[in-house]
This record gives sequence, C-alpha cells and structure tokens, in this order.
Amino acid sequence: MPNLVLSDFEPILDKVATKKPSDHRRKTFWRNVFIALVLLFLFMPIIILVVFSFNSSKMNIIFTGFTFEWYGKLFQNENLLEAFRNTILIAVLSTTISTIIGTISAVGLKKYNFFGEKFIGKLIYIPIVIPEIVLGISLLSIFTLFKLELGFFTVLLAHISFSIPFVITSVRSTLYSFSPSIEEAAEDLGASRFETFWYVTLPMIKPGIISGAILAFTLSLDDVVISYFTAGPGTNTLPLYIYSNIKTGITPDVNALTTLMLIFTIVALLISSKIETKNALKRKS
Amino acid sequence: MKNHNHAFSSSSETTQKSPSSSTSIKNNHNQSFSSDSVSSVNSSKLFRKPSGFDGFKIFVTLPVIIYALLLIFAPLVYVFFLSFLKGDNYGSYDYEITIKNYIEAFDPTFLKIFFTSVLIGLITTFICLLISYPFSIFLRDKPEKTRSLIIKLVMVPFLTNSLIRTYGWITLLRKNGVINYSLVSLGIINEPFNLMYNNLGIIIGMVYTLLPFMILPVYSAVSKVDQNLLDAAEDLGAGKLKKFFRVYLPLTLPGAFNGSLMVFIPAIGYFFIADILGGGKSMIIGNLIKNQFLTARNWPLGAALSILLLVMTFGLVKLYQKIGGDLDELGG
Repeated sequence: MPNLVLSDFEPILDKVATKKPSDHRRKTFWRNVFIALVLLFLFMPIIILVVFSFNSSKMNIIFTGFTFEWYGKLFQNENLLEAFRNTILIAVLSTTISTIIGTISAVGLKKYNFFGEKFIGKLIYIPIVIPEIVLGISLLSIFTLFKLELGFFTVLLAHISFSIPFVITSVRSTLYSFSPSIEEAAEDLGASRFETFWYVTLPMIKPGIISGAILAFTLSLDDVVISYFTAGPGTNTLPLYIYSNIKTGITPDVNALTTLMLIFTIVALLISSKIETKNALKRKS
Repeated sequence: MKNHNHAFSSSSETTQKSPSSSTSIKNNHNQSFSSDSVSSVNSSKLFRKPSGFDGFKIFVTLPVIIYALLLIFAPLVYVFFLSFLKGDNYGSYDYEITIKNYIEAFDPTFLKIFFTSVLIGLITTFICLLISYPFSIFLRDKPEKTRSLIIKLVMVPFLTNSLIRTYGWITLLRKNGVINYSLVSLGIINEPFNLMYNNLGIIIGMVYTLLPFMILPVYSAVSKVDQNLLDAAEDLGAGKLKKFFRVYLPLTLPGAFNGSLMVFIPAIGYFFIADILGGGKSMIIGNLIKNQFLTARNWPLGAALSILLLVMTFGLVKLYQKIGGDLDELGG
C-alpha cells in the first residue's frame, strides 16, 4: 500500500467541499424533469381525451384529421345530455345540502356535549375510511329495506351521505383556530345564539366551509362506485353512461363533453383563485 | 339571561373537549373583567341553571345525529344482519340465522381472488410511495408559489370523473393504442406490448387514479420536516439514502401511512378499473362483492364479504392511529 498523505485527497476533498454550481444545476434539472413527468402522467389520459375530441375518425385509435363534428353531435345525443344534466344537478344539490348540514354539524359537535356525542363523533369518520363499495352496498341495502325506489333521489341522498363527513372535518379544522371568547363577546353584547352563529362564527370559518364545499363537489363529480349501486336501472349519470357503453364502444362526443366540462372547471378555478388573491390583498392593505 | 343554557351545557360535560374549550377561556375572561359585574354574572358557571329547551343546540346537533344514525349506522348494522341470513340466488333470503356465508367466504376460489387483490393493492401502494417521496422531497425546495401551483395541478385531474379518465387510458394502453403505436412506429419495439386486459393494466389504472391520495399526505408530511435536522444529518456525513431512511422516513411515517390507507383501501375495491383495464380476467375484492349484489344476487354472501373487508379496514385504521396518525387528516 502506498503511503497516502492528506494532500493526495485534496482534489477529492475540493470536489466534496465546494459543490460545483453546474453540478447543482444538473441536479435541479433532473428533479424538475421528475416533477414534470409525474404531472404528465396525471394529465396524460385527460390530454388524450381532449385531443381525440377533435379527431375525425370515430375510433379513438389514431388521429386522422381535425374536426369539430363531435361538438355538434354532442347536442343531438339525448342520453348523454341527460346523463350530464343529472351529474351536474346531483353535484350541485349534494354539495349545497352537505355543506349546510356539515357546517352546522361541525359547530354542534364542537360546541355541545350531548348524549352519545362520542359515538356520533366516531360514526362520522366511517364514510371517510371504509371502502366505497361497502358504503355503496350498505346504502343500497337500506334503501331497498325502506322501499325507496332507486333513482335520482337515492343517488342524491347517497352523495350527500358520503360528502358530509368531509365537510365536517374541513370546517372543524378552522373552527378550532379561533378563540371561543369572540363568540362569547358577541353574546355578552346581546346577540342571540343564532345571530352569533350567523354574524360571528360563519364569517370566521368561511375558508373551511369553502374548501369543504369544493371537496364535496369534487367527490360528487368523481364518484363512480356509490352511484353505481344506488342509481337503479332508470337513472343515468355520466359515469354510468360511460360504464354501460364502454363494451360497445364510446363515440368521441363523450370526449367533446369532457373537454367542455374541463374548460368550464378550469375557468371557474382561475376565477375563484383570482378572487381569493384579491381578497387576500385587500385584507393586507 | 341567554347565557345560561350555554354555560350549563359547556360546563357539565367538558372533560374530553380540547384545552381551548370555552370553559377555560370563560374563566379567564371572568377573572380579567370581574369589575364588569353584569357580564360575569351572565356567563358565570355558578349561576347556571338547567334549562329544558335550547333551540340553537337542537339546530346544530339534531341533523348530525339523524344523519349519522340513519345513513351511516343503520345501513352498516343492516348489512351485518344480512350477512347472517340464508341467501339464495334470486335476490331474496330466508330469515334464518346462519354462519354459512362466512364459511363460504373462505372458499378457495374466493381466497385466491382475495390474495390477488391484496397483492395488487400492495404493489399499487408501494409504487405510489415510490413516486410520492422523491416528488415531495424535490418539491420541498421550490419557492412557495411554485409549490402551491404544483399541488393544485395534482388535484385538477379529480375534476374529471375517474371513470372517464380510466376510459382515457384505454386509448393509451390498448394493443393498437397511442403508446404501442408510437413505440412500434419509432422502431423501439417490434411487437406491441400487452399493456392492458391483464394485471399490469389494473395496476397502471390504480396507480394513476390513486396517486394524488398518496402525494398530498406525503407532501404535507415531508414539507414539515425541519431543515435543521436535514442539515445536521448532512454535516454528520449522511448520504442521500441515509438521510432518507434515518430522517425523512421516521418523521413522515404517519403521513405515509395515511396515504397508504387512502390508496390501499380503494385499490382492493375499485371494481370498475379491474373491469375496464383488466378486461374481466382478474377479479379484485370489489368485483366479488359487486357480483354477489348485482349479478349472482346473493346479498347475504356479498354482505359477509363486505363485513370481512370492513374488519380488515378497521384493523388498518387502528394501526394507523397506533403509529400516531390523526383521523382528521385522513382523506382531506
């Protein structure tokens, strides 16, 4: 073994000690590539759906030419339009109702102790953690037991049912972030309990309510499993329409509809985030 | 004297409320403003008296009680009850108590599906972890604005129904689909791969659909790791792997477990992904339950399978709480 002195290591030590900027830049580059690839993976099927909505061929295999034909055809496909209307109506109604019930429930669970509160508090976690399929079949079973006819109303009830817990947990997180003495001050100054709730509590937990509502809306639009079990044969929603047509082949008017919905939601998101930043700026100044 | 009810209800059963609960604050408040006699009399616990009717309390507690009992508790109890009935294949059942369904649930054919399904679920979870950790660690160093934008982008696909996105994957994965077509025409491969109508297709579909559920909790845990600890590890000579296994992983374990729950549980239940991308060749537990309820119409057997799945789920949730996980952070 040759005799090694410290100076022999100097070139290596130099390398270790001072990370060369080009090295660092290369590292950052590959990290960015990784992040971009993950995002690409998440958007890939959506990009494909959008691209093929302009495809002149009826088959979603290769791109044969550009056309707007499917956007026109879309408005003649009564079944698809009905499925779309049901989907949106269920999403809007279930979001509204579950946000209202979820918000007051979060307040009630925090503010009051009542008989069986611990038990109820545990129950509301169940729809969040159990497999959707179990929730789906249990709702189907109970609807059948109560002789409710499966259809629009049962899907709506099911969507409300799985959304409420998400709204509650979302509202609860903001509810614990302010001091109850603010509410007490309002009551000491003569506001009734309802007035305090309306004018003091609600404005303070607004961020939690909004994020809960967005979550509920997204969950409703995204749901397949629970709708599948609670819809019955007569009612069509978008996922059910696609599920029943997937074996025979789906025409690109579905792609066209998806594209339109996507544009709509992205625009809505942009507007809401614009309003958000504007409000944030206002609060700052 | 509108504070009486409130004072009563918040003082009599306070023990499990959080430390910031109204009682303790109220006491401080009374002490600091004791000169204001009216206010302290109003909100003092000493002057509370039980009151029969409290409209506001009923308004904020009754809906959640009805909801939880009617739409969560009753359906599950009913399914539990169903699982002990004797079923036939005509969608009806005799009201005769039996454990036959549970014995049948352990039939070798069902066990095989169960193991395949759990395996697919575990592989899916592992791949999601494998993607989410580097993604979160790389994202950590980015400026605040970039981070929040990218996390928002991770959520955007949710706004399109998951079945529609799964349908989008058919166009990509099938034998003459976009991926195979591109690879063959670029001369990278000669024969198109079988990317779907097998277990690979199911796993691709599951990873795709469930990845955001892993990224969000893992990212939130990773972004909370103290930079000083990472610097210290580096100063003491820890390499990248050591830094990951000795610093990141132990500190983010609850987050990772949260994500794993949110991925694994749906991955054994999402029958539509197995149907569409697996081509009906492989079944997962979700297909099994769906078939018993809608095709074979043997509800009691389907109910027994659901109860077993539920027991497994609760076991996993208990484990999550044991390692320090918070129920409030699940699914949010």
